[in-house]
Amino acid sequence: MIPGWKALALAGMTAASMTVSSLVSAALTSAVAQPAAAPSAGAQPAGDEDADKLLEKYRAMISDPMSNPGYLAVDSGEALWTTARGPKNATLETCDLGKGPGKLDGAYAEMPRWFADAGRVMDAESRLLWCMETIQGLDTTALRKKPFASSGGNPATEIEALVAFVANKSNGFKYAAKMEHPKEREAVALGEALFYRRSSLNDFSCQTCHGQEGQRIRLQNLPFFDTAKAAQATMGSWPTYRVSQASLRTMQHRIWDCYWQMRMPDVGYASEVTVALAAYLTKKAEGGAIEVPSIKR
Amino acid sequence: MLRILLAATAATLLASAPLGATEPKTSDLKTSAGAEVAPGISRERLEQAVAAAWKNLPPDMQARVVQDETMQLCSQYRNSPPPAVADAILAREKKNVAYPADGKLMGDWKAGEKLALSGFGGRMGDNPKLPNGGNCYACHQLAPAEISYGTLGPSLTGYGKIKGNTPEVQKEVYERVYNAQAVFACSNMPRFGHNKFLTMEQIKDAVAFLLDPASPVNK
Ligand code: HEC
Ligand code: HEC
Repeated sequence: MIPGWKALALAGMTAASMTVSSLVSAALTSAVAQPAAAPSAGAQPAGDEDADKLLEKYRAMISDPMSNPGYLAVDSGEALWTTARGPKNATLETCDLGKGPGKLDGAYAEMPRWFADAGRVMDAESRLLWCMETIQGLDTTALRKKPFASSGGNPATEIEALVAFVANKSNGFKYAAKMEHPKEREAVALGEALFYRRSSLNDFSCQTCHGQEGQRIRLQNLPFFDTAKAAQATMGSWPTYRVSQASLRTMQHRIWDCYWQMRMPDVGYASEVTVALAAYLTKKAEGGAIEVPSIKR
Repeated sequence: MLRILLAATAATLLASAPLGATEPKTSDLKTSAGAEVAPGISRERLEQAVAAAWKNLPPDMQARVVQDETMQLCSQYRNSPPPAVADAILAREKKNVAYPADGKLMGDWKAGEKLALSGFGGRMGDNPKLPNGGNCYACHQLAPAEISYGTLGPSLTGYGKIKGNTPEVQKEVYERVYNAQAVFACSNMPRFGHNKFLTMEQIKDAVAFLLDPASPVNK
């Protein structure tokens, strides 16, 4: 369970209590604690278009590495990558992300992918955990239990920082996860089945909210992934620094968050389910440019 | 409005489809473990992955993960069930609607408005002692003054003005909110009463919010 407030959830009730400018200043001063999620129905922002414009300006303002708070995570990820740690006192610099040991450039653009040594299709998060375990001999149990930083300006967790660092090394690359291995193809198909699988107290599936072009929940536009452009723009912008949560967030977190909105119990971190959904969406985003960490509301 | 029309047209088309042509085999009517839910993926395979991703849960949480037959069919057919499957779903879901003992189907529109605005409830971390919201505004336009509405469902602005609030209309709306799939198989709208997400009282309040002439929906 992630404590802290959940802006922009289907709830549509938390974001309402904050204006964009207060979000912006909260993010700029970074460590400002967020208000508790008092379920106050009713109050709504006065015009989301204005909010969008403000956010656009804000994004432009801090799109350079010097001021996007997401880059703090990239930096700490780099430190984690190059520091000898764990019982084996090793760095992660021999970690093979699919393009050979230590080859970082463009590796994220080809994930998720099949890893013969692990016998699994892995996304960046699963693979990094695997490297921490096998190369450094680290016990990742605690990290798997609490993989995401609490909202409100807390530093990224180790795994979030590492993903930010690794993903950032694919900037300028285009998504090229081929998904040709039978197990990769299976992951994409499993992700597709999961996308349409309805469950829980509101009968939701991913399709409920992302099943048609141009729809929105409250005032939030919902990406429709069958449109290549939308899939590319989405997948090419994660990990992202979420202003509303004042935190660097990864694709695993986004999927966890959407299952939370679906009233599902917490989905297993780096489970076959979350990796398959990421594989399905990444396949749809093929050819899309990567520019991360981005910044979103 | 357009969406309502489209849905109605689709329903008519489905209803008038020649028997036999699109009729599934009887064996398709039942969900089976071997049914394909995506290319090369059987339901059994899917459920195995699901079970591994949601482990060691208390019974109430485990129940959320498991699908009932309607969910299975709607997932398998991606919410476009063939006519015979749709009929089977409608028949089953209709039986599930429960009505208040006193027969009153309209409650308090003000309480209904509150619940239409609230998306609270059922999420991990939400206090189960507080009432759930219906979150109608997530998907529907309702009172014209409320600009923060979603578009996953049709606009319901002026609903009572258009439809009136005769006992028949009240019943129709009550049933719709209690169990949207008693009216439209594989609707994207939650089965609020059936899933015990909203109480009967809350559903009556939602009906009043839509149909009461004093409600801002009809102003
Ligand atoms: C109840 C509604 C709902 C459901 C169901 C839902 N989502 Fe979402 N999804 C959202 C909302 C709201 C956003 C945030 C949009 C924003 O921030 O502008 C979102 C955002 C996303 C994003 C990031 C979009 C971006 O542009 O950055 C991804 C990826 C995503 N969802 C995937 C999924 C997957 C996979 C599932 C199913 C496991 C799912 N969603 C189910 C409502 C939903
Ligand atoms: C997740 C989305 C969603 C939510 C939440 C939702 N609905 Fe719906 N609703 C729909 C969709 C989609 C339709 C159209 C399909 C159908 O008729 O079932 C619909 C249809 C309806 C209709 C029938 C409109 C007509 O065609 O005459 C009514 C009435 C209605 N909703 C009321 C409500 C009320 C009241 C609530 C809240 C308690 C609510 N809805 C919440 C998605 C939603």
